[in-house]
Amino acid sequence: MTDSGATRMTAVSDSLMRGGAAGSATMAALGQSEAIARRMRRRGREARFSWLVPTIYIIVLMLPIYWLINMSFKTNAEILSTFSLWPQNPTLRNYAIIFSDPAWYSGYINSIIYVSLNTVISVSVALPAAYAFSRYRFLGDKHLFFWLLTNRMAPPAVFALPFLQLYSSFGLIDTHIAVALAHCLFNVPLAVWILEGFMSGVPKEIDETAYIDGYSFPRFFVKIFMPLIASGIGVAAFFCFMFSWVELLLARTLTTTSAKPIAATMTRTVSASGLDWGVLAAAGVLTIIPGALVIYFVRNYIAKGFALGRV
Amino acid sequence: MIELKGVTKTVGAETHIHSVDLRFERGTLNVLLGPTLSGKTSLMRLMAGLDRPTSGTVHFDGKDVTGVSVQKRDVAMVYQQFINYPNMSVYENIASPMRVARVAKAVIDREVRKAAELLRLTPYLDRMPLSLSGGQQQRTALARAIVKNAGLVLLDEPLANLDYKLREELRAELPRIFAEAGTIFVYATTEPSEALLLGGNTAALSQGRVTQFGPTIDVYRMPADLITAQTFADPPLNTVAATKSGLRFTLGEGAELPVPDHLRALSDGSYTLAFHPHHLRLDAPGDGTPPLPGRVTITEITGSESFVHLFFQEESWVSLVHGICHFEPDEQIDVYIDPARLMAFDGHGRAALPPPALAA
Repeated sequence: MTDSGATRMTAVSDSLMRGGAAGSATMAALGQSEAIARRMRRRGREARFSWLVPTIYIIVLMLPIYWLINMSFKTNAEILSTFSLWPQNPTLRNYAIIFSDPAWYSGYINSIIYVSLNTVISVSVALPAAYAFSRYRFLGDKHLFFWLLTNRMAPPAVFALPFLQLYSSFGLIDTHIAVALAHCLFNVPLAVWILEGFMSGVPKEIDETAYIDGYSFPRFFVKIFMPLIASGIGVAAFFCFMFSWVELLLARTLTTTSAKPIAATMTRTVSASGLDWGVLAAAGVLTIIPGALVIYFVRNYIAKGFALGRV
Repeated sequence: MIELKGVTKTVGAETHIHSVDLRFERGTLNVLLGPTLSGKTSLMRLMAGLDRPTSGTVHFDGKDVTGVSVQKRDVAMVYQQFINYPNMSVYENIASPMRVARVAKAVIDREVRKAAELLRLTPYLDRMPLSLSGGQQQRTALARAIVKNAGLVLLDEPLANLDYKLREELRAELPRIFAEAGTIFVYATTEPSEALLLGGNTAALSQGRVTQFGPTIDVYRMPADLITAQTFADPPLNTVAATKSGLRFTLGEGAELPVPDHLRALSDGSYTLAFHPHHLRLDAPGDGTPPLPGRVTITEITGSESFVHLFFQEESWVSLVHGICHFEPDEQIDVYIDPARLMAFDGHGRAALPPPALAA
């Protein structure tokens, strides 16, 4: 492009010269257009290598994930003996083990149950709380709102002991609801913050117009308000899902067998015959998939979610 | 009939509404006129029941409705911002109050189409409000207020965010649309010309107080006090301090003006004289009105009218004249006050005498 562009520009300036009005203004314009053409040529050379850095970055980023997928299709013998960039004898044995052995697949089922429970509880508790923070002024509202977020600042390990003691006295240990409730400790504040941001983006006059039209509060909230902040609810649910899905410490401490999460199962696979690398890799791949699926649905709102709805 | 009795509203340490008494009859058009922050919106929210007065009571058709929630009141309201339900089509937006009231489907359809026809929204019924222009969005909000058929319709500067042309159109239509229903129609505006065009009654507001309430023309012609006169003047009212002795007003330092007939009854003393910009003339009326010396600061020309800003002594005045009239800054010109249009206010800002009823 640059060559033909420069030729065309020269042609244009030639015609300008011939046009008779070839005063100093035209000369200046000509000089300017040549400068622009030069700059464009230089930028063209630079652009030829501009793909390099992102490509390297993406390769570095994707390498562990690729290696995990690679391993999950190999036999243990191949993993341990040779270095191969792709499976020499591709096998589905590792996945077959996971889908047939209850010790493995129940881990997924347990995780999904408590994560879903937690998401539902967190969002439904956070919705009215966020509405109150967004619409009403009350004594200490700002302090309370900030204090909520500080709950996220303590490492979960701090809460493991009190939860263990509390839940064992209520007989909740090794139940899905125990993990779901424990995760609420840091998911509810997060959901409140995200939802408050989205709700504050809806003008208060819409609420009032609805009341004037005769809507009762619950009806307004469900029929008018929730559709308006649907993307916010989606993002809040996604963040609750994600944090609950990756959290290991509390989930492991509060369960033993019947509600054991997949991540805990993965860390307990050392058998008499040593580690089963292939199965472990397959389990890893399957653990990534739900997150990737969920993130796909809220991909357009994630940035706003990370800014806690305040963009 | 809606009646406010001694209504006061304080928020934190600030008093937004100071002990307001107002009474609007059914089938009347009432304008709340005042500058921004004068309490128009606060007053409307109190009437609608969106806010509860700190003290005082609100009566609707004789019943005390002070604590009654907004859902149970017979009210419709349109905001200055274009407020619609973004997730519903224009049709559903208009139908919304009737849907809540569980009106029969056929009736809803008929009413929605009637209102849409009236506000020229028929081609947009299936569109979403946010895909419409500002004027169409506001017409949707107005249509919703119409179909509700409420006893009290509150319009809070509904045309302020619209462009000039649409504004003129809607302003002419609005009173007609709501007059049929026999409702109490309350319209808040910052613009005196809008109040005059709408007619009806006007309550002039200033800093949370109703300074005067009465038929719009009367309030305009016979303001009870200086604040009302200033609220009801655009461009701003010209004022000057004057001392009356016998048949002469002495304006500021030296200039003299004969006392016009309608102010003869005033006792001698100091007053504030006020007059509208279009009563300050640049050509000699030829009836012996003495010229006053003015120094031009700037001239604004709109085409059909010119605003000549000038200083008379220390007072900043505006003269509104027809046609194009251009002066250079600092040019010295003679100006003539139309003596028959002078208003006189005493030291407390109250009208010293009822002004002439025929002044316009």
